[in-house]
Amino acid sequence: MRELKITPIKNGTVIDHIGNGLALEVLRIIGIDALDKDSTVSVALHVRSQKLGWKDIVKVENMELSPRKVNAIALIAPTATISIIRDFKVQEKRAVDLPSHILGVLRCPNPNCITNQAEPVESEFDVVRRRPVQLRCSYCDRLVDDFLAALARTGS
Amino acid sequence: MGLKGRDVIGIRDLAREEIEEILRSSRRMIPYADGSKSGSQLDGKLVTLAFFEPSTRTRLSFETAVQRLGGRCITIADPSASSMRKGESLHDTIRMLSSYGDAIVLRHPNEGAARLAAAASDKPVINAGDGAGQHPTQTLLDLATMQEAFGTLTGLKVVLLGDLKFGRTVHSLAHALAVFGAELVLSSPTGLGLPEDVRSSLDQLGAKVSEEEQLHRVVRDADVLYVTRIQRERFADPLEYQKVAGSYRIDRAVLASAKSRLIVMHPLPRTGEVAPEVDTTPHAAYFRQAFLGVPVRMALLSLILTGKAA
Repeated sequence: MRELKITPIKNGTVIDHIGNGLALEVLRIIGIDALDKDSTVSVALHVRSQKLGWKDIVKVENMELSPRKVNAIALIAPTATISIIRDFKVQEKRAVDLPSHILGVLRCPNPNCITNQAEPVESEFDVVRRRPVQLRCSYCDRLVDDFLAALARTGS
Repeated sequence: MGLKGRDVIGIRDLAREEIEEILRSSRRMIPYADGSKSGSQLDGKLVTLAFFEPSTRTRLSFETAVQRLGGRCITIADPSASSMRKGESLHDTIRMLSSYGDAIVLRHPNEGAARLAAAASDKPVINAGDGAGQHPTQTLLDLATMQEAFGTLTGLKVVLLGDLKFGRTVHSLAHALAVFGAELVLSSPTGLGLPEDVRSSLDQLGAKVSEEEQLHRVVRDADVLYVTRIQRERFADPLEYQKVAGSYRIDRAVLASAKSRLIVMHPLPRTGEVAPEVDTTPHAAYFRQAFLGVPVRMALLSLILTGKAA
């Protein structure tokens, strides 16, 4: 394996094989504000990759991702892999997997959708196509292709 | 299967057999709807009509349907007087209303409102239009009108005319017609065509769909001319609107080459798309279409509230 230009972490999460240029969006999903202030976040942009040509990598110390955040990452970076590191060892490594139904992660781009009003409901989407990914709002039926615009700050 | 206790949010919630059952039942409801028989199918039932947006036609036809079958209604007809004005969520309003009546008929300005209401309510919710979203009873009465005129939907050549882009009720109708094997001809001004995703879902259903911008070419061999409103606000330039609206106007001259059995439909209210001179031709079906809203809603309410067809 090629040596990476980021130092190893003791505990935390490595998100590898992020499509070139999307690391900052992944960071936005993770929510930097929510992190432990003593943790290091490393971001590598434009790294050589055998699989992808070029890729981005994000490493976050002392944090494991909620399933919702993994779903959100799957939307914008379907090639990503997520490794959980405990005591410098890869405890678990898996590819992100887009579920067929997505709860809460995105905001419906239709401003007139009932989920964008002051109602006690979460957004909900069905995956109608996987390559490239297309979603349909379960409430108003609006189709969503532009996930960067639709990513909601859910705080979960 | 079985419609008793079900929510009807969009036409896609109904299987073909269920739509057929509603259409069969609505034919048997016609004498109750026109007052020649008095009905008691909804005796003892209380239907909540929650209209958070003005809609005279739809509200009154639901009210007529309930009362002619011996049921009663409680009605929110003026949203400005309701608790939502005080900031109550739709969710909470529906939760409360569902404890009063036996079913809720909802009209709301936001898309997806009926789905939310169905989740909040433990009584059946019928969508009577949510924003630019679904309006399944309109689709059902459109189908009922065509079926009454021709005895079948399969094989009918239906021209959908006008604004096919923003009119979601037209999308639902196109979907339902495709399910029943009708042939669709789409005729719309440039820029107001059927959205790509709706078109591709019709293709997936194996529907026979063609496009023809020129009105005079589609009239000759059509069975149904379904005319929709072209809304002024879709055009930046009022002159462009006048030009487009003028080229989609149905009058006696346009209908001169039509088959004798062709019917002209329109969801009403019309704003000039169909000339009043068409009213006295045998082609005019739009007032019959508006009337059939009553037996169709009778059938739906009866099936949902009692499980019985007529």
